[in-house]
Amino acid sequence: MTEIAERATALPARAAARRAPTPIVPAQNVAGTALIVVIAIMTFLSCLTLGAVTLVRDSSSAWQTEISREATIQIKPGDDLDMDASLVAAQGLAAGFAGVRSASIVDEDATARLLEPWLGTGLDLDELPVPRLVIVTIDPNSPPDFATMRTLLAEQVPGAALDDHRTWADRLVAMARTTVAIGLAILGLMLAATVLTVVFATRGAMDGNGHIIEVLHFVGAEARFIAREFRRHFLLTGLKGATIGGVAAIIVFVGFSIWSSANLATPEGDQAAALFGNFAIGFTGYAGVALVAATVTILTGATTHVTVAAYLSELDGRQHD
Amino acid sequence: MIQFENVGLRYGMGTEVLRDVSFQVPPRSFQFLTGPSGAGKTTLLRLLFMSLKPTRGLISVFGKDRARISPRELPLMRRRIGVVFQDFRLLDHLTTYENVALPLRVRGRDEASYRQDVIELLKWVGLGERMHVLPPVLSGGEKQRAAIARALIEQPDVLLADEPTGNVDPPLARRLLRLFMELNRLGTAVIIATHDLTLMDQVDARRMVLTGGRLDIYD
Repeated sequence: MTEIAERATALPARAAARRAPTPIVPAQNVAGTALIVVIAIMTFLSCLTLGAVTLVRDSSSAWQTEISREATIQIKPGDDLDMDASLVAAQGLAAGFAGVRSASIVDEDATARLLEPWLGTGLDLDELPVPRLVIVTIDPNSPPDFATMRTLLAEQVPGAALDDHRTWADRLVAMARTTVAIGLAILGLMLAATVLTVVFATRGAMDGNGHIIEVLHFVGAEARFIAREFRRHFLLTGLKGATIGGVAAIIVFVGFSIWSSANLATPEGDQAAALFGNFAIGFTGYAGVALVAATVTILTGATTHVTVAAYLSELDGRQHD
Repeated sequence: MIQFENVGLRYGMGTEVLRDVSFQVPPRSFQFLTGPSGAGKTTLLRLLFMSLKPTRGLISVFGKDRARISPRELPLMRRRIGVVFQDFRLLDHLTTYENVALPLRVRGRDEASYRQDVIELLKWVGLGERMHVLPPVLSGGEKQRAAIARALIEQPDVLLADEPTGNVDPPLARRLLRLFMELNRLGTAVIIATHDLTLMDQVDARRMVLTGGRLDIYD
C-alpha cells in the first residue's frame, strides 16, 4: 500500500511527460515471482535429466564403437608349438582379410607389462605358459568375416582362438539400452512433473487476477482481447523462468565440460572420462534444453488461455445454456 | 429497450430466486430497484447485464432475444450498458484516468482519440484534480465517482447501478443521485438498485420492488 501511495504522488509529474499506458495485467506481483522461480527450477531439473540421458546415450554408443573396433587372436602355448611362427602366421592370416585395417603382435615386453599387475616385474615369459596376443584392428563400417577367420585360424594356426568381443559387446549394448531406457523413463516422469507443476503454478498465479478478468468483462472487453492480454503477460513470465532454468543447466554442463578438460591427465579426470567421455552433451543436448524451455513457455501461455476462457465462461453464466 | 416476460431463475437445483418477473425499461427512463437483502436485486441486475441466462421466460435486450445472442455478440451488446458496482471494482494498478478510459482501451482505440473526452468526463464528475492518482489513495466517494465515470465514458443507453450510495455519506449520496439524474436528462435510462429509502424519496421515479423473488412495480 505504501508503495502504491508513493507511486500515486509521483504520478502527476510523470503524467506530464506522457508515459506509456500501464499494462492491464500488472507487471509483477508475489505470485508472478513465485511462478518464475517454479518454472526456472522445473526447467533446470528437466534439462539436467535430459543432459544426463544424452550423456549416457553418447557414452554407451562410444563404448560400443571402441569395442567393436578391435578383435584379439589368442595363441595358447603348447609343447611343440613355435610361438613366434604361430604369431606371424596368425598375423599374416588376419591381415589378409578384407575389413581388417591392421594386425599387430603384442611383443614380449608389452605382454609382460600387461601381466605386471598380477605377476610383478622381471617376468621371464619363457618360464611360464603365457598365451600371446595378436591385436586385429577392424574397420567398424565393414567388419571382416569373423566365422571364416575363426575357421581358417583353427585349421592353419594350432592353439589359436579368435575373440571378436561379441559376447562382451552384446552385454554392453544390452546394458546401455537399459540405462538409456531408464533415463528416458526418468526424463518422461520429470517432464510430466514439470507440465503439472507449471499448469498448477500458472493457475495459482492467475487466481490473483480474477478481479481484472471480471472488470474487463464488465467493461465489454471481448474474450479474445482478455485472453491475449493475459497470455502475453504469462508467456513472458514463462519465458523468463524457462530461460533462467535452461541457462543455469547449460552453465552446469559447460562447467563440467571445463572441469573434465582441466583434469584430462589426472586420475579423477581419467576415471570420469572412462565413464562419461569428455562430459560434452553436444548439439542434441543443447537443442534439447532449448526445446524444454520452449515447451515450458508455450505450456504457460496455453494454461493461461484455458484458465481465462474457463473464467469468462463462468462469468457469462453458461451453466444455463 | 429492455423487456422481461415471465422470467424465472434458479441456481442449480435450488428454489427459484426470481419468479415470473415481467417489466420494461423504456428509453430515457429512471427507476429504482429495491427490496430487502437477498430478494434477488443483484441477480436481476446480472440478468439485465446478460451475465446470467434465465431458467425460463423471455428477455429481450435492444430488440434481440437474449437466448439468441451469441457469445461473440455479447461484449458488443454490453458496451451499450454501463454498470456501477457497490464495491467500485476499480483496478488498483491503473490511475483514475486509466480506469475511466479502460472501456475505450479494450476496444483498441488510440489514446489520442479519447484523451480529451476522458479528461472532460473526469472534470464533470469532480475528479479533474485526481485523474493521475491510483484508486487506493482515493476516498470512497471519489472511487464511486470514478466507477460512475467509467460506466458513462461510452455514453451507454442504459446505466445499471448496484447500491451506488452504499459506501458513501448522505451528502455525497445526494450528490451522486444528482449526477445520475443529470445523466438521465442527457438521454440514458437509469436503473439504481438500492434499499436506501431516503435516497428514493428524493426523486419521483418508478419503483420496482422485489420481494421473495417476485416483482411489484409502483409507477
